[in-house]
Amino acid sequence: MNKENQFKFDWVILPLLAAVTVIVLWAMVSSIQGVSLPSPLKTWEASKLYILEPFAKRGELDQGILRFTWYSLVLVVKGYALALIVGTPLGFLLGVSKLFTKSLDPLIQVLRPVSPLAWLPLGLILFQKSEPAAIFTIAICAMWPTVLNTAMGVRAIPQDYLNVARVLKLSRSRTLFKILIPAALPYMFTGFRLSLGIAWLVIVAAEMLTGAPGVGGFLWQEYNSLIYEHIILCILTIGIIGFVLDRLMSLVEQRFKTA
Amino acid sequence: MAFIEIEGAGKSYGGNVVLRDINLTIERGEFVAIVGYSGAGKTTLISMLAGLVTPDTGTVKMNGLEITDPGPDRSIVFQNYSLLPWMTVYENIHLAVDQVFPNWPAERKKQETEKYISMVKLTPARDKKPGELSGGMRQRVSVARALAIDPQVLLLDEPLSALDALTRATLQDEIERIWSENKKTVVLITNDADEGILLADRIIPLSAGPGATLGPSIAIDLPRPRDRKTINHDPRYKAVRNHVLDYLLTSGARQKTVINRKLILPDIEPEDLSMRVPGWHFGRRPVRRKEIKSESVEVPS
Repeated sequence: MNKENQFKFDWVILPLLAAVTVIVLWAMVSSIQGVSLPSPLKTWEASKLYILEPFAKRGELDQGILRFTWYSLVLVVKGYALALIVGTPLGFLLGVSKLFTKSLDPLIQVLRPVSPLAWLPLGLILFQKSEPAAIFTIAICAMWPTVLNTAMGVRAIPQDYLNVARVLKLSRSRTLFKILIPAALPYMFTGFRLSLGIAWLVIVAAEMLTGAPGVGGFLWQEYNSLIYEHIILCILTIGIIGFVLDRLMSLVEQRFKTA
Repeated sequence: MAFIEIEGAGKSYGGNVVLRDINLTIERGEFVAIVGYSGAGKTTLISMLAGLVTPDTGTVKMNGLEITDPGPDRSIVFQNYSLLPWMTVYENIHLAVDQVFPNWPAERKKQETEKYISMVKLTPARDKKPGELSGGMRQRVSVARALAIDPQVLLLDEPLSALDALTRATLQDEIERIWSENKKTVVLITNDADEGILLADRIIPLSAGPGATLGPSIAIDLPRPRDRKTINHDPRYKAVRNHVLDYLLTSGARQKTVINRKLILPDIEPEDLSMRVPGWHFGRRPVRRKEIKSESVEVPS
């Protein structure tokens, strides 16, 4: 098998085969009596309108799927930006100062595993409104990978680079911008990418709880109105968008690879 | 007053004496080579001169002032180049020029940077990043950066030890050329006695560690420019070489007789495969001998 065919086989034929298998299994399970899983065909019939007119707005609760996605993305971007703005400097402080690490590390280890579902009510109490509560939840959940990776990146800077700064007597700010940040950048971007993944996970949960318009809100609303086909549509959309976001981030990451 | 003076300097790390009783004077414009075993503390010695390491005992002075901090008047070329990988050749050197001569107009900084790039013959690679360069080219960038800040003394920490023999020879010639053009004070640390003799005015052996100290200073009065092909047959070259190697070998041997190292074996024991319990072994490792509580051995009667 030549190289091009091998590529086609690995990246087109095998994944397609797997996808077809899953759809067949799905169809088989849905055809069992007493299971209310909609069949692939029925899902397509019911979702067609939402996919083919992705930006249509027929009413507050009845909009094209990409329009809902857009609402979610706007919220994610806000929360994610907040996470980076807070997380990156915090990571730098942790990386630079042993005192900070020792005092904050236990706290971070305790807060990090807390589920978004637990943060959201606190956000609602603090801000009284669903949107800032969702942003708060995204930020506080998505922050940790950025914080920890940035700290690790700063700690991993080779002594050689710091010696260069010492011999040249670079000022603090020049050391930061010319040496510390570029040297830690690859680690920071790994953190940014993981954070974005979490932000996207959290938004769906946050919308389900607050009922804000978006993919997650739509999913929950259709569950309540017993339109199960749309649940599957939402799951697939969430998955595809999450995948696309991760790919985009890894492209940016490649771009900033230094060493 | 000598230009650089080290008096009775010593350094230990966590109870291990690396250097003891180091005395060294270097005159302005001199090229001094220090040759010694790997791991003997050569890098610690040059780090003291650079100010990256402060001695526990004794003093290190330059122009009569004690060296406490690193600074651009003593630039150092590290063994592993320590170029910043996210910057191009030009940017790496320009950063140093820009930092040390902040008041120069931008045009002059640019000219100066270009001048040193062409001095090490890297103008075609001006906009490449260190990752795209060979080891020899990287080391040349590193030398150019060290010279571009116009230091009073150039410290070379085994600059050529990571290079292949041919590149090494080319760069040795280049270092000699640059030195004869600039007449800077140079301290070269090396593990290759021939390299030291070829380049330096004076060569000083460093005894084997732990607790290494400098041996006698040996003047090399071979005429310059030195040709590596003919120099090998010069009786003065042979004399210096024998002197240095004699010192290094006897100091190494002397150290070997007093060496007293505790041998610590790793605390592991091979698995006793004969004790494998028959049957399934998911997630279980075979029993080790010391974990066997009782053992019965059948003795044939």
